[in-house]
Amino acid sequence: MQISFTLNGRPTTVEVEPATLVAELLREQLNLTGTHIGCDTSQCGACVVHLNGLPVKSCTLLAPALDGATLLTIEGLQGAPGSNRLHPMQEAFRENHGLQCGFCTPGMVMTAVALAKDKPSLTEAEVRHGLEGNICRCTGYQNIVLSVISGAAAMHAAAKGE
Amino acid sequence: MKPFAYHQPDQIPDAAKLLTSIEDSKLVAGGMTLIPTLKQRLANPAALIDLSKLPGLKGISDGAAITIGAMTPHAEVAASKLVQAKIPALAALASMIGDPAVRSRGTIGGSVANNDPAADYPAGVLGLGATIVTSAREILADKFFLGLFETALQSGEIITAIRFPLPLKAGYAKFKAPASRYALVGVFVAKFADGVRVAVTGAGPGVFRVPPMEQALSQNFDPSAIAAIKIDTDGLTSDIHAEADYRAHLVTVMAKRAVDAALG
Amino acid sequence: MGNVIGIGAAPKRKEDQRFLTGRGNYVSDIKRPGMAAGVFVRSPHGHAILRDIDKSAALGAPGIVAVLTGDDVAADGLGSLPCGWGITDAKGVPMKEPPFPMLAQGKVRFVGDMVAFVVAETVEQANSAAELLAIDYEVLPSVVGVLDAVHPGAPQLFDDVPNNVCCDWELGDKGAVETAFRKAAHVAKLSLVNNRLIGNPMEPRAAIAEYEPGTDRYTLWSTSQFPHVVRFLMGALVLKIPQHKLRVVAPDVGGGFGVKQFHYGEEAVITWAARRVMRPIKWVASRSEGYVSDRHGRDHVTEAELALDETGKFLAFRVKTLANMGGYLSTFGPNIPTNLYGPLLSGVYTMPAIYCNVKVVFTNTVPVDAYRGAGRPEATFVLERIVDVAAAEMGIDRVEIRRRNMIPKEAYPYQTPVLVQYDSGDPMGCLDGALVAADVKNFGARKAASQRKGKFRGLGYSTYVEACGLAPSRFAGRLGARGGLYESATVRVHPTGQVTVMIGTHNHGQGHETTFAQIVSDKLGVPFENVDIVFGDTDRVQFGMGTYGSRSLVVGGAALSKAADKVIVKGKKIAAHLLEAAEVDIQFEAGKFSVAGTDRTKTFEEIAGAAYVPHDYPLEVLEPGLEEQAYYDPVNFTYPGGCHIAEVEVDPETGTVTLVNYTAVDDVGTVINPMIVEGQLHGGIVQGVGQALYENAVYDDGSGQLLSGSLMDYCMPRADHLPMMKVATHSTLCTHTPMGVKGCGEVGTIGSPAAVINAVVDALSHLGVTHVDMPATPNRIWRLLQNASLPVAAE
Repeated sequence: MQISFTLNGRPTTVEVEPATLVAELLREQLNLTGTHIGCDTSQCGACVVHLNGLPVKSCTLLAPALDGATLLTIEGLQGAPGSNRLHPMQEAFRENHGLQCGFCTPGMVMTAVALAKDKPSLTEAEVRHGLEGNICRCTGYQNIVLSVISGAAAMHAAAKGE
Repeated sequence: MKPFAYHQPDQIPDAAKLLTSIEDSKLVAGGMTLIPTLKQRLANPAALIDLSKLPGLKGISDGAAITIGAMTPHAEVAASKLVQAKIPALAALASMIGDPAVRSRGTIGGSVANNDPAADYPAGVLGLGATIVTSAREILADKFFLGLFETALQSGEIITAIRFPLPLKAGYAKFKAPASRYALVGVFVAKFADGVRVAVTGAGPGVFRVPPMEQALSQNFDPSAIAAIKIDTDGLTSDIHAEADYRAHLVTVMAKRAVDAALG
Repeated sequence: MGNVIGIGAAPKRKEDQRFLTGRGNYVSDIKRPGMAAGVFVRSPHGHAILRDIDKSAALGAPGIVAVLTGDDVAADGLGSLPCGWGITDAKGVPMKEPPFPMLAQGKVRFVGDMVAFVVAETVEQANSAAELLAIDYEVLPSVVGVLDAVHPGAPQLFDDVPNNVCCDWELGDKGAVETAFRKAAHVAKLSLVNNRLIGNPMEPRAAIAEYEPGTDRYTLWSTSQFPHVVRFLMGALVLKIPQHKLRVVAPDVGGGFGVKQFHYGEEAVITWAARRVMRPIKWVASRSEGYVSDRHGRDHVTEAELALDETGKFLAFRVKTLANMGGYLSTFGPNIPTNLYGPLLSGVYTMPAIYCNVKVVFTNTVPVDAYRGAGRPEATFVLERIVDVAAAEMGIDRVEIRRRNMIPKEAYPYQTPVLVQYDSGDPMGCLDGALVAADVKNFGARKAASQRKGKFRGLGYSTYVEACGLAPSRFAGRLGARGGLYESATVRVHPTGQVTVMIGTHNHGQGHETTFAQIVSDKLGVPFENVDIVFGDTDRVQFGMGTYGSRSLVVGGAALSKAADKVIVKGKKIAAHLLEAAEVDIQFEAGKFSVAGTDRTKTFEEIAGAAYVPHDYPLEVLEPGLEEQAYYDPVNFTYPGGCHIAEVEVDPETGTVTLVNYTAVDDVGTVINPMIVEGQLHGGIVQGVGQALYENAVYDDGSGQLLSGSLMDYCMPRADHLPMMKVATHSTLCTHTPMGVKGCGEVGTIGSPAAVINAVVDALSHLGVTHVDMPATPNRIWRLLQNASLPVAAE
């Protein structure tokens, strides 16, 4: 079947089998390999993307659901032009050493951006609860939590500055 | 996943017709349970009937009862000012399901129709004595949940909404299975003018009520009223996370905590 | 022009830009032209005779390319998967080493054992074809636990391994220990289980193999922590591919923790298959597939006894352990519960005599091998638990009994009775620091506050040491290592003064691209941004043993430091020539070569440029170019350690244990990048907390089914399980590594399980609880409290 959607700001039309996961579509057909697949039971969150602005697990989403929708992946996340093009949340992860092997990172960042969307000031407890669907094996989460708190503040400061 | 045909009907009768006419077809709402099953090749339906284009299945409406459209995602229920004001325990329950990404996609109708023995919504639906509205009829919660993944839904019948009566007080307490985040035991307690309802999920093969607790709480809506009530371990689930006696114990503990939550 | 960023600074990581923007390059991201898909068919039985595999229906399936089985392996005369260590028993008899075929032959020995490889155009087609294989198994009873496996009459995995015992290993002076026990005023005893774990790096294992007929060369992309070792083991020993015809690439790898430091059958099968079908083939494991094929960790059953005099001084320690090897010997398998376990049993204490006996046992489970810490967490757990048991039984404070037995700082170097000699350390300093950082003096008030809420609060200590920086080859060779454990580095200075480092360790989260660049920046005085680190490709990197055992900085960093020193030596020769001075008069400092006592200098860039423009070189004494290589083999292990203090709160109503505070003060030697070290400590600690509170690989006896076979049932620590940890370093310098470094990758995992369980036992001690096995799940704690049958908190 043919589906049309907005992918990272660009109109996109693809031919897909209905039995295709969005994560597979992104990785295999569209060569966007930043979205990772870390499990087969929808537990790890490495594949989180934004569908119409909401965080979803792209490994548990069928491609037909994209038709007419807006999809944002880690590759589409970026900062203001002229900067180093890192989104404030990505920058916060870098500053706070919120990643090690990098595999959970795209899903972690996408979840964090969604969590921070309406909340400039997040508490530690809110962040820990908000990350309950994302598993990281490297960091012990401490620096991820710090990253998300400071990234949320930076996102809102950047939005105000514009 | 094995290949399947995909249908996106835009009228409920069309969806119902597809469901009865295509052998081995399945409805898909948020897909939070179905898609993992397909991925692991545990189910290989010939066709999926996607409910997302059907009109009128999404949203929450006010009245003498709160009516939640079957395709309303958990996140919307959790964030709903209306639900938070009228049945805060239901909003709280929705906020405890899965994780944020699951709550974006998973729907109340899907959860109720699936009737997973460890899902949260069945406890809320049964605990509140809700009515399941389908494409064909209305079914009381007490007649709806028939055991492990079994419901009263007939072939071709599609849930369109769940109607929740407004309790005087209600609370939900969940003991999460640490790995899966499903309910190891979840207890929903609701106090109405005519009595109290207590519904338990996670502990057995399907959601169930606890009449002795209901009677005790109807007399005295306080955790102490049920502290000594132990439920029978017969028929409760034993697995690597919890044996039946521990689950039975947790039912009492979670019931007390649900009452505490209801009392605010 | 960037800055020199040297040792002790905390620059942000070089590797982060690609990971944060989704532009990492993991194996599963790679596509090769004409690539086919492979899937492994695995045994659904724990133990069975493999009678026959009928391929005919599968060979007719749509898109099928090939179906390969153990018979094809045998027909091609391929080798067995090798074990890298050969241990011996007390009489010098070598361990039993049955073959480990890359695809099962005759028998399957665990759920997940590979029986066939199916190659098709797509993964979907390969899976569908795999379902058409008719496999005739004669199912046998399985045995999954070590106690059962050594029991007479237990199912036998191998005909020539009686009672499933691979090796009955021992270490230490049995006689001296017996004598000491006879004189003891008190003997503390403890039986415990060290729970079986699944490593769970977030990236599942994957491989792509390709054969180029034009050059007769193979390339394997693999999620490996040690590509050169895979090239050797697979090329030289299994597939008989000449080393120069085999390239192994381990690009970005999403976490390892030991799980990816073995040569796996999947690597050999896919490489062999790629040649047979003359196409590139890709295989990517699912998480659940990883659960039944990634090597598991730990799984000990232990009985320990500690002899003390009347003042609480340790006299002797006796430990008997049954260690689960799973169905076959994996790459390091038998080394982990023996050589990496027994030598750590002295801990940070003066322990006059130690005897350790380990029976290494085969069972119908996934092969067990190294997982972060590997042997050392198990040793630390036994020792730190029994110290608490002894303290409680003798009525001595737990901190005090540790102090009475700790090796004083002045006593280093300290020779233990179990082979190793600690070169440096200050366990008392770590303990003192941790007591303050954890605010132990106000614990009583916090405990009382918990009590008022009906909760039990406990505090747990773990003062520990580990041996890492694997490994001195001479030492390892004596213990049975079949290879060396050195490391190599090449420093290539380009004509413009930028530097590329080729190093044999592998970066999969540890931040090597940053830390190693700091070392080069510091030593050569070149800007940090002008240094890039290359790893993970046998065609680009000279050689290497990879990353495991907290060795990358200790051994690899030392090789790098040595190579950089050689660059300076060569640079001095060039400078002497350019500055017309004697080589001995050339000094190098802060990126400048100068003639001592003069203002004549050449910058590093000038020397680099001149090295490649040798117009007037004295070629008979000076070669062009500026590139140096070094191999480094350590003279000893390094001995990081420290003190961890865990504070937990137990809800007696549900049995839930909540970790509320965690403090670690660790001695990791010189810290190159404190930000990265802190991150390693955080992650390590949480992996240990996972073992203590959440993680457990559970098998069904009889059928051999893995019951905790997915993330739905195997509980990984999540963000909401954990508090903010306090970590600090209290370092003494390693005396034998070039920079004084000790390594930090495993300390957290080694120190933390005992700290957490000691805290749980402390919280419940008033109820008569003396030990809690891991993981301390709510179910387990609740049951313990039921059996304690003592009053539960007021409601």
